[in-house]
Amino acid sequence: MKITIPMNEQTLESGVCPSFGRAPYFLLYDTDTNESKWIANSAAESSGGAGIAAAQLLADSGMDALITPRCGENAEKVLSGAKIKVYRSIEGTAKENLDALIEGKLSSLSEFHAGFHGHGG
Amino acid sequence: MADKPLTVAVLSGKGGTGKTLVSVNLAAAAGDAVYLDCDVEEPNGHLFFKPEAAQEETVTVKTPEFDATLCTGCRKCVEFCAFHALAFTGGRPMLFDEVCHSCGGCALLCPVDAIRETDKAVGTVSFGISDCVNVFTGRLNIGEASGIPVIKRLLSKISNSGNRTVFIDCPPGSACTVMESIQDADFCVLVAEPTVFGAHNLAMVYELVSLFHKPFGAVLNKCQAGENPSETFCREHRIPILGRIPFDSALGALNSEGKIAVRENQHYRKLFSSLLEQIGKEALYEAASDSQR
Repeated sequence: MKITIPMNEQTLESGVCPSFGRAPYFLLYDTDTNESKWIANSAAESSGGAGIAAAQLLADSGMDALITPRCGENAEKVLSGAKIKVYRSIEGTAKENLDALIEGKLSSLSEFHAGFHGHGG
Repeated sequence: MADKPLTVAVLSGKGGTGKTLVSVNLAAAAGDAVYLDCDVEEPNGHLFFKPEAAQEETVTVKTPEFDATLCTGCRKCVEFCAFHALAFTGGRPMLFDEVCHSCGGCALLCPVDAIRETDKAVGTVSFGISDCVNVFTGRLNIGEASGIPVIKRLLSKISNSGNRTVFIDCPPGSACTVMESIQDADFCVLVAEPTVFGAHNLAMVYELVSLFHKPFGAVLNKCQAGENPSETFCREHRIPILGRIPFDSALGALNSEGKIAVRENQHYRKLFSSLLEQIGKEALYEAASDSQR
């Protein structure tokens, strides 16, 4: 299984980034090989649609699961289209979150927030 | 002087300051005028004008539609979209229409013509007459993200207004929809409340109109005895004060009954007529000094 986590820093000992679409990096972890790699989130600086573009990036990276504290409804549509399961992160490091998911201790994320379209008054 | 009639935009940094009060009464005082309600998320000028013989037109935007039988999955459209309104998963393109800016780029770029642009209704513009005032009201459909297309349609009415003065009732704040609403204006009227919060919001719209190099002046609304932070801000920044509207229960009562003060009350007819005259003078002065630059 390939698991991804939005991250502020490129280390397994740091926590999960509170933003999904605008996280600076994504951790890509492969449970078959125990390999971790980090990719820069090319969507982080977008003026809009960051969640959609970030989800596309993860779909193209062949991920199976995403661990995140929150996620927008547009990103969720792309993720579900790519059959990526979304799990709610827990307090703690990326490593602790990976272990929790592998042990089946994470619950799926069920609430997806509306977009922040930034066109308002 | 100009081929185009004088166009006056009325704006404020927050809602409830008195944009509609000022723009409706200025249009009524001008008599033969055009009133454009660009506050498309909550238009309320029509409640005062009660325009007769209303006609309504639908405002649409273009959105892409995909022909799945032609799409080869090359993803040129997804890579092109600067707004990230498109994604591609599970072998099919996906559109997020509230993010789409209707640029048409995806349809132009598609190598197999699998994308067709279709019309999507986002709002309406209605037209009616109230005494001699031509009243145009923009309404954004509930759930739509951007009022810009409706505002563009309203502004397109300026060119047909003959020599009538045009008054634009702007949305509150200083974001995209306000920038769109003031772009054709010859003069901007900033309405401000006599509070610290009011002065802060005045500072925001002051910054906006300065950025757009628009001539402007302030109207101080809800004036009472005592300190007026907005007036202090005007003095410190040398903003011309075009007029003062008192915090008056008679005006409040007329307003709450949906009546236009200028049409009901001699005192307010005078107040708004002199405000209109002041705006005319300032706009003329700005136009003259601008042509000398």
